[in-house]
Amino acid sequence: MNAQISRLALVALILLSALIAATTYWQTWAPGSLAAKQDNEIQRVAQFRIRRGLIYASDGKTVLAANRAVKQAGQTLYYRRYPTNGFASQTVGYSTQGRSRAGIERSENAYLTASNANLGTIFDKLTDNLKGTTVTGNNLVLNLRVGVQRLAESALAGKCGAAVMLNPQTGQVYVMASSPSYNPNKINSDKGYASILKSPSACPGSTSALLNRATQGLYPPGSTFKTVTAAAALDSGTFKEDSPFFDPGYCVEYGQHVSNAGNPEAPEAFGHVDFLQAYEHSINAVFCNVGMKLGARAVIDKAKDFGFYAEPPIELPSSQVDASGEYRFEKDGLHLFDDPGQMDPGRLAFGQDKLLVTPLQMALVAAAVANGGTIMEPHLVKKVTAPGGSKTVMKVKPKVWKHAMKPSTAATLNKMMQAVITGGTATGVQIPGITWAGKTGTAETCTRCTVYDAWFIFFAPADHPKVAGAVVIEHSDGGFGGAVAAPIAKQLVQAFLPATSK
Amino acid sequence: MGARPLRKLRPRSREFLYLIPVGVLTGAGFASVYIARQSFVSWGSLGYAFFFLALFFAAHFVARFAAPDADPYLLPMTGVLTAIGITEIYRLGPDDAFKQGLWVVVGVGLFALALIGLRRDYRLLENYKYLFGIAAIALLFLPRVPGLGTTVNGARLWVRVGPIQFQPGEFAKIFLIVFLAAYLREKREALARARLKDVGPLLLIWGGCMLTLVSSNDLGSALLYYGIFLAMLYAATARLSFVVVGIALFVAGGYAAYEKVSHVRERVTIWLHPWTTHTVYCPLTGGQALRQDCQSYQLVKSLYSIANGHYGGTGLGKGTFNSTAGKPLIPYINTDFIYSALAQEIGLVGSAALLLVFMLFVARGMKIALQADDGFSKLLAAGLTFGFALQTFIIVGGVLRVIPLTGITLPFVSYGGSSVVANFVLLAGLLLVSHRANTQ
Repeated sequence: MNAQISRLALVALILLSALIAATTYWQTWAPGSLAAKQDNEIQRVAQFRIRRGLIYASDGKTVLAANRAVKQAGQTLYYRRYPTNGFASQTVGYSTQGRSRAGIERSENAYLTASNANLGTIFDKLTDNLKGTTVTGNNLVLNLRVGVQRLAESALAGKCGAAVMLNPQTGQVYVMASSPSYNPNKINSDKGYASILKSPSACPGSTSALLNRATQGLYPPGSTFKTVTAAAALDSGTFKEDSPFFDPGYCVEYGQHVSNAGNPEAPEAFGHVDFLQAYEHSINAVFCNVGMKLGARAVIDKAKDFGFYAEPPIELPSSQVDASGEYRFEKDGLHLFDDPGQMDPGRLAFGQDKLLVTPLQMALVAAAVANGGTIMEPHLVKKVTAPGGSKTVMKVKPKVWKHAMKPSTAATLNKMMQAVITGGTATGVQIPGITWAGKTGTAETCTRCTVYDAWFIFFAPADHPKVAGAVVIEHSDGGFGGAVAAPIAKQLVQAFLPATSK
Repeated sequence: MGARPLRKLRPRSREFLYLIPVGVLTGAGFASVYIARQSFVSWGSLGYAFFFLALFFAAHFVARFAAPDADPYLLPMTGVLTAIGITEIYRLGPDDAFKQGLWVVVGVGLFALALIGLRRDYRLLENYKYLFGIAAIALLFLPRVPGLGTTVNGARLWVRVGPIQFQPGEFAKIFLIVFLAAYLREKREALARARLKDVGPLLLIWGGCMLTLVSSNDLGSALLYYGIFLAMLYAATARLSFVVVGIALFVAGGYAAYEKVSHVRERVTIWLHPWTTHTVYCPLTGGQALRQDCQSYQLVKSLYSIANGHYGGTGLGKGTFNSTAGKPLIPYINTDFIYSALAQEIGLVGSAALLLVFMLFVARGMKIALQADDGFSKLLAAGLTFGFALQTFIIVGGVLRVIPLTGITLPFVSYGGSSVVANFVLLAGLLLVSHRANTQ
């Protein structure tokens, strides 16, 4: 009987080894595809077992995102709460129980859940696990300044638009505001979410409060783009600050009149001007001619030097950052294109044509002038600290992103942008005791109407710039950049400068 | 050098030594669950671990008295399996661990009774073989008795008497093995010649199993009894043709059941296609749903749980078994799906080790069958061991989608009184056979 028993033993052991093989399959090959299954709730629950790191404003004290613990059925889950009820909502973003995330909550998820690869974090997580305590994510300290950010948000309240302020030398983003805004604590409930989607908006036709207009809002730049054209012109050597022009009130392109701003039937005409004056007074006819002389290719190439056609490397999800450039509208939405053959160089030169830009990109244009032609990578995050806050896991260092123009060109443009405030289109926003620089923009959003996107890009103080930025107000009825956007910029600069110059 | 003196020790002294690492493992298991879940459980519950260990040392002293020469590995391995099971049950719900502990007490008690009662000669059981056979069949049909049987998880396997609920099938399995060992020992020559008269009872058993399969919606038990029967028949007669014919008959019967009986077909469909991309008819609600949200819900959730363990597991106490709303993700997690829970928390390393303990148990059991010197003892040990292995394969294989899933318990590990008690009796049987083989 022993031979049979040996064979039975063999069969039994083979059956049991098959179980080891099957377990190996499910635990090594399959997990990836199983984790992606819609109905796999384990994945959802697991992320709430981690206590996410806190998010602080630049003061390291104001908590923008915290947790509330819920003990339930033998497990403790951590859900997000936002103590400020909406501070830079679109930028900080949210992390909901429904598994969706946006903003920094999404892009910095690895740090916030301690799943980043730093040795210290791995060690801390391991000891958390061994001690049986909850895994706690790293904290983020942002560059956002509480006071100025709040000021920007209240200045934009009731309007539709965005404001960005950053340090031109380091790229630290001090302000990133988008209006209309929302309370991230409401995102989680269906009712709250619906109320956010239809939040009253001052901008007809424009959609959600969830949109981060600072990085996703695509606007025609209007005359602010003349800064880029001027940089192309000066860098080319063909034009100088004092190059003479004659402005009859229009320029002729493709046999047709392209008029200056104002009433098309009787446009302003400045007569004999130099290049600086043309910029100071934002004369379309002059820039139209400069554009035709340089050609669309040269202007677009210069725009690329400023970072156009690329997503600025900021700490936001890629889906929430748009590149600036010429856009073509197709059936399935907007598409970037850079074929000069399909561009109108004259209109491109003063920021119309099919150009669409983000406020962040235009803030970087101002920052380029302020920083001698060099654009730093924009950073929302100042540093990452270990749970408890004492140890720094990662500190963001300033890094060059683009060389936009020659330093001499930047110096000339600095002068030209100062002239805009001292004697040009933005004389209303002079600040006693501070020389600053800017450029207005008033972009047509429709033909033969008086609804504009009002722009102001700026930096201050002009000689040692500490801050650069952009403000845009959508659909301002009859309001020009100098009258609508520039005063907000002035408020922000006034609030910011004393605080840092002390 | 260390192994040599150990080999010279008497079996029971070795068993005592082997129980020490089991104690360490149990302590470590409970401690790690405690550490991971200190906000939910109290220090006091660690007492379970000590109580549990005390029980195994008690079992050891009974064996020292009643079966001093028996295999020294089986009891410590049982200790490991029971410890792993009770640790996970404790992690899933400390109250259930307390009840399971009580069942282990009953199990050890019955183990002691069996060892002491049969220590002189267990072979006298042979004389009562038909009693065992009839008892086995009676037990199997007990849940069918109106008023006694209750339906749990779609299968009618339970009997409720007052507050006590048990699965007679677990004991029927052991009785059936005793009966078969005795019957086959007596008739093996006749059967080997395959006289129709002697094959009759075998066909009867085949029919009985098929009836169980169809009537109680219990594919797992039918497969188990039938597998044990074929294995023992083969061991007794050495006729491979019986096995081939037996399997052919089972396949034919299974196919017929698949064609005619909807719940059998349903089990197979769930097994082959647990996920659907389009909604299908859902018999549970009568509406349309994705199959993974309906019939194959348990299987799919269990696979997610296993997959979440990866190589190392989440750690004891750190697995995810509840939804964010606190609802259990896997039903019957501490009985049918205990392996899914364990696999998530101890990972591939731990679950492979667990299965290796099962394999070692089977290897020791079969070695006892080889060492035994009479037909009844050989068949008894081989039957008990094969039954143990097959039961493990059916439930774990079902959970792992190797075979269609049917709910039976994982020996010593699953929560459940009948299972624990019956398996301690099985252990007693193996130790009795081993002791007898080693003393001669």
